[in-house]
Amino acid sequence: MSHHDESTAERGPQEIADLPKEKVARFDAALPEILKRYPTDHKEAAMLAALRRAQEIFDWLSPAAQKLVANRLGAAVTRAEEVATFYVMYHTRPVGRHVVEVCTNVSCSLAGGYDLFDHLRKSLDVDNGGTTKDGRITLRQVECLGSCGTAPAMLVDEEMHESLTPQSVERILGGLK
Amino acid sequence: MSETLILTRRWPKNDPSIDGYRADGGYRGLEKAIGMAPAAIVDEVKASNLRGRGGAGFPTGLKWTFLPKDVRPRYLCINADESEPGTFKDRYICEYDPHLLLEGISIACFALDIHLAYIYIRGEFAKQARSLEKAIEEARAAGIFGGPKLLGKADFDLQIHVVRGAGAYICGEESALMESVEGKKGYPRFKPPFPAIVGLWGKPTIINNVETLANVPWIVEHGAKAFADLGAGKTGGTRLFGVSGNVKRPGVYEKPAGYNLKKLIMEDCGGTASGRPVKAVIPGGSSSPVLRGDEIDVSLEPDAIKAAGTMSGSGGVIVMDDSVCMVRALARIAMFYAEESCGQFTPCRQGTPWMWKILEKIERGEGTLKDLALIEQLPGNIMGQTICALGDAAAMPVQSFVKKFRNEFVEHIEGKGCKHGETGWGVSRGSREALVGGNRHAVR
Ligand SMILES: Cc1cc2nc3c(=O)[nH]c(=O)nc-3n(C[C@H](O)[C@H](O)[C@H](O)COP(=O)(O)O)c2cc1C
Ligand code: SF4
Ligand code: FES
Repeated sequence: MSHHDESTAERGPQEIADLPKEKVARFDAALPEILKRYPTDHKEAAMLAALRRAQEIFDWLSPAAQKLVANRLGAAVTRAEEVATFYVMYHTRPVGRHVVEVCTNVSCSLAGGYDLFDHLRKSLDVDNGGTTKDGRITLRQVECLGSCGTAPAMLVDEEMHESLTPQSVERILGGLK
Repeated sequence: MSETLILTRRWPKNDPSIDGYRADGGYRGLEKAIGMAPAAIVDEVKASNLRGRGGAGFPTGLKWTFLPKDVRPRYLCINADESEPGTFKDRYICEYDPHLLLEGISIACFALDIHLAYIYIRGEFAKQARSLEKAIEEARAAGIFGGPKLLGKADFDLQIHVVRGAGAYICGEESALMESVEGKKGYPRFKPPFPAIVGLWGKPTIINNVETLANVPWIVEHGAKAFADLGAGKTGGTRLFGVSGNVKRPGVYEKPAGYNLKKLIMEDCGGTASGRPVKAVIPGGSSSPVLRGDEIDVSLEPDAIKAAGTMSGSGGVIVMDDSVCMVRALARIAMFYAEESCGQFTPCRQGTPWMWKILEKIERGEGTLKDLALIEQLPGNIMGQTICALGDAAAMPVQSFVKKFRNEFVEHIEGKGCKHGETGWGVSRGSREALVGGNRHAVR
């Protein structure tokens, strides 16, 4: 991590025992369905899917959540860590209640994607990757979302929104509680 | 003569469910395939001149023959990562006609004696992943695959699963894709050995793009010759071209493989939305060398466009009119590759951010002629020096933009800024740190 002065809240729970029992139970209940897709001798292959599920349940991948996933897959904790930090859809720091990701790659920017991102940064008063003070929205710019023909595009909580206009963006963000 | 459509004929309105697909004649190719000798199917695909649609254009039938004869199990990975900027075609196959892909996969698996296939789809395509999951459920319930038999007739156990990525362009590279399916970070592997010999979990593995496999049912049903005849040169069939940027009608167009780029842009897409002249076209995804507006009268067939110094790669055509600053566009592309380098090896890990930073500096009007000389030299230091093709992919746009629009770079240096002004899109405003997102960089 590049931040040296993170608060305890930023660092999150450290050990599996620190995680809410009810959520751990939900994660455990979801595992068999995930494991079904892989040969029984390759349980670790479920790492990406298991981390995704853990993130859905725990909101972000704290060290404790990463340890839980590693533990259940019989993998080293460092394996969970390196996967969680490699892929940009995993959050290894706390995020807001909603994550808004605006594409600023070429085709989107030709259609106003960068301007949209810049506008949101100002109106929400956050920097790239930052979260609004009320904890409502984490904003960041992302790379091409495969929606270049319906640019500009953004993801809101992992759902794609395309052919954006200032009006549609306002409506979509307005609907986020 | 009406144009033959193979991939888009059911888009976007026909019922994507299995009933809709069958009502339109779906799964007839598989029906025919299970009555054929597996080797005959491979021969048919070879003779069809089907070439990979993921970017490299490798002959599909030939790739299939690389599997060693007696090693089992073998696997199939279907590449639905679709992350090359400007590319947006495979998602529509997954969304509008998922059974077409599943039929292609089933035929390929039957032909190659593969019993386990993974569709690796980028994490951002949640809707498309759901569409594929639903189609797999339907096909299983209908006894098409997933049980002891294919179509309830041929003894053949086949399992197809969807695996979702989690945000990493590099996982579209085939060896990184396999690492990711194995549950690891997407570090490309050294080659050789090639995946067909040592692939997923060390076993022989075929990796094909979504669009590539979606052509297979038609080839089996209508024959190799009909498919080859639709194309041009050594490339059979039609292709999906996704046109974006400054055009009147952006979107995906299915055209014969040898279609003319200028015709696609000026006629099918209606030219530029602004009515201004076309200044530049990136013809095959952001890694393909750029063409000037006066160079676009070329065939999109891979070998033909190669002669024009570029490639039709993933079929992603990005059009820019004369209001667009080439330095800014290139800086944004360079930022992408800097962001997406897996970071495993030095020339690419250090070279890609270096190129990006120099381009930003020139764009801001702070560059010197020395910077320009450096940016002309750096791509050459990366090309051919890297483990995977991302290095080349990052170097080619830099080389071509600077070569073809050199005067714009010089103008930025001599005029100490961009004459296109501060408005419009760009990468250079705001704090530098704000532009670097993503966890890959936080841990570097
Ligand atoms: C950096 C990089 C990214 C790639 N991304 C994709 C992709 O998103 N989709 C794809 O099908 N192929 C992609 N490829 C090409 C694959 O490595 C591979 O050639 C292709 O999936 C093979 O399938 P095909 O022969 O059917 O085209 C990428 C290659 C590189 C080097
Ligand atoms: S070329 Fe770049 S992306 Fe590819 S393996 Fe090397 S460092 Fe990774
Ligand atoms: S450039 Fe934004 S979706 Fe492709």
